[in-house]
Amino acid sequence: MISVDGIRKAYGTRSVLDGISVALLPGRVTALVGPNGSGKTTLIKLILGLARPDAGRILLDGEPIDPEGRYRARIGYAPQAPRFPDNLAVGEVFAMLRALRPGATVDESLLGAFGLRAEWETKVRALSGGWRQKLSSACAFLFMPDVLILDEPTAGLDPIAAGLLKSEIRAAREEGKTILVTSHILSELEELADDIAFLSDGRLRFGGPVATLLEETGMRRLEPAIAALLRGLRVDSGGAAGRPGNCTAGGRSRA
Amino acid sequence: MNPLMLVLKAGVRDLARNRWLLAYGIVLAVITEALFFFGGTGHQVVLSLLNATLLLVPLVALVFGAMHVYASREFIELLLAQPLSRAAVFTGLYLGLAIPLAGAFLAGIGLPMLIHGIRGGAPMLALTFLALGGALLTAAFAALAMAIALRTDDRLRGMAMALGAWFLFTIGYDGAVLAVVSAFGDWPLERPLLALMLGNPVDVARVLVLTSLDASALLGYTGALFRRAFGTGIGPAIALVTLTLWAVIPVVFARRRFLRRDF
Repeated sequence: MISVDGIRKAYGTRSVLDGISVALLPGRVTALVGPNGSGKTTLIKLILGLARPDAGRILLDGEPIDPEGRYRARIGYAPQAPRFPDNLAVGEVFAMLRALRPGATVDESLLGAFGLRAEWETKVRALSGGWRQKLSSACAFLFMPDVLILDEPTAGLDPIAAGLLKSEIRAAREEGKTILVTSHILSELEELADDIAFLSDGRLRFGGPVATLLEETGMRRLEPAIAALLRGLRVDSGGAAGRPGNCTAGGRSRA
Repeated sequence: MNPLMLVLKAGVRDLARNRWLLAYGIVLAVITEALFFFGGTGHQVVLSLLNATLLLVPLVALVFGAMHVYASREFIELLLAQPLSRAAVFTGLYLGLAIPLAGAFLAGIGLPMLIHGIRGGAPMLALTFLALGGALLTAAFAALAMAIALRTDDRLRGMAMALGAWFLFTIGYDGAVLAVVSAFGDWPLERPLLALMLGNPVDVARVLVLTSLDASALLGYTGALFRRAFGTGIGPAIALVTLTLWAVIPVVFARRRFLRRDF
């Protein structure tokens, strides 16, 4: 379980995250959604220790994450736009990652399912965007981590590969892993997500189970529900003109 | 194998197959070969090679180094998402850049000499210092390139800063020293000038090679001062120590920036 506790982060004078608290629960897929530039990637980077918060704490199973980064042995991460050294072969990338975690048990099922074995000798430079995405996802699942962080994992994947990845995510959920996924394809998140964390302008506008979100917005599907949240925000910001804001979901968060 | 060595190995493996680095080595080899082929005495060859080294090594280390760091941004983020300390990732990345660069330099000037021996009786000591000086300059400017590329995320600005640094250290600095000499020509300038010279790694590398060479006329103003102040025995030692310091200081800066910054 990952607890994000009162995180603030500004780049220069621009505030990106403004007091975020959210819990990512084991055995559940949390979908991190929000408009472009709402701070999703920044939140992921803070959890990974790639950036450091200005205030607040991040806990992994109740322990503050250590600056030396040993906790990352328990996290599998697939970045949004993966790139590897151009002149390394696929096999060399895997060999290096495995050597970095000596003694870890490995699960090569995704590697095989994606057909990466056939590309073992191929230079990363020669891989298409979709293949690089497959490589990146396979790396994230390789060490059977307790926590999976997947930033736009299906972007650029063909439907078969995307399907394989989604069933792998479901299997990981059954095993009780903590999973964080971002995506702009809401229909896809609808299939996967148990919880929604909705970010906008650096604040958590909704945090909780999908069912609760649907109930509060009175919608039956995720897409209109998110749209309703966004509309609620607009009413909120127009509230200064004296109109009573009818944003019931806005500003809710689960401690 | 420890994490630092793994990152280093990946970097060296990647760059060993890099075409630009191969081209750099070949250009140096062609220059060396041509100088030995056409060049008169060994001294002249070493001098020409020295001039080429002092211009090319900082340029390639700065521009290629900055380019490499920008191209590696996503890979750096991937490494930092692994259970590794930042310090290990930095050291692995830095050595993974500096070692292939220095290797290309040493192979470029060394291979032609290994293949058919040193012709024209070139002075061995000066050649050794040239190789050492070039390698240390590579270490210094590769670290400076990393410090620049880690400072700004804007690639264009980073490249401009790298080129600016090259201009400053190879041309601008000497121009400024000359201006000081002509402006304060009536004053005893020996000590301040020596200090100024030690303040530029390119000058230090030049003096390191020249003091070991019997070419007083080519030492220039600061070089002659240097030799008079320290003599031929301790002079090269001081130059070598200073150049080593110059190779370490930018690494310390780049490392601090790497440990502190957000990715």
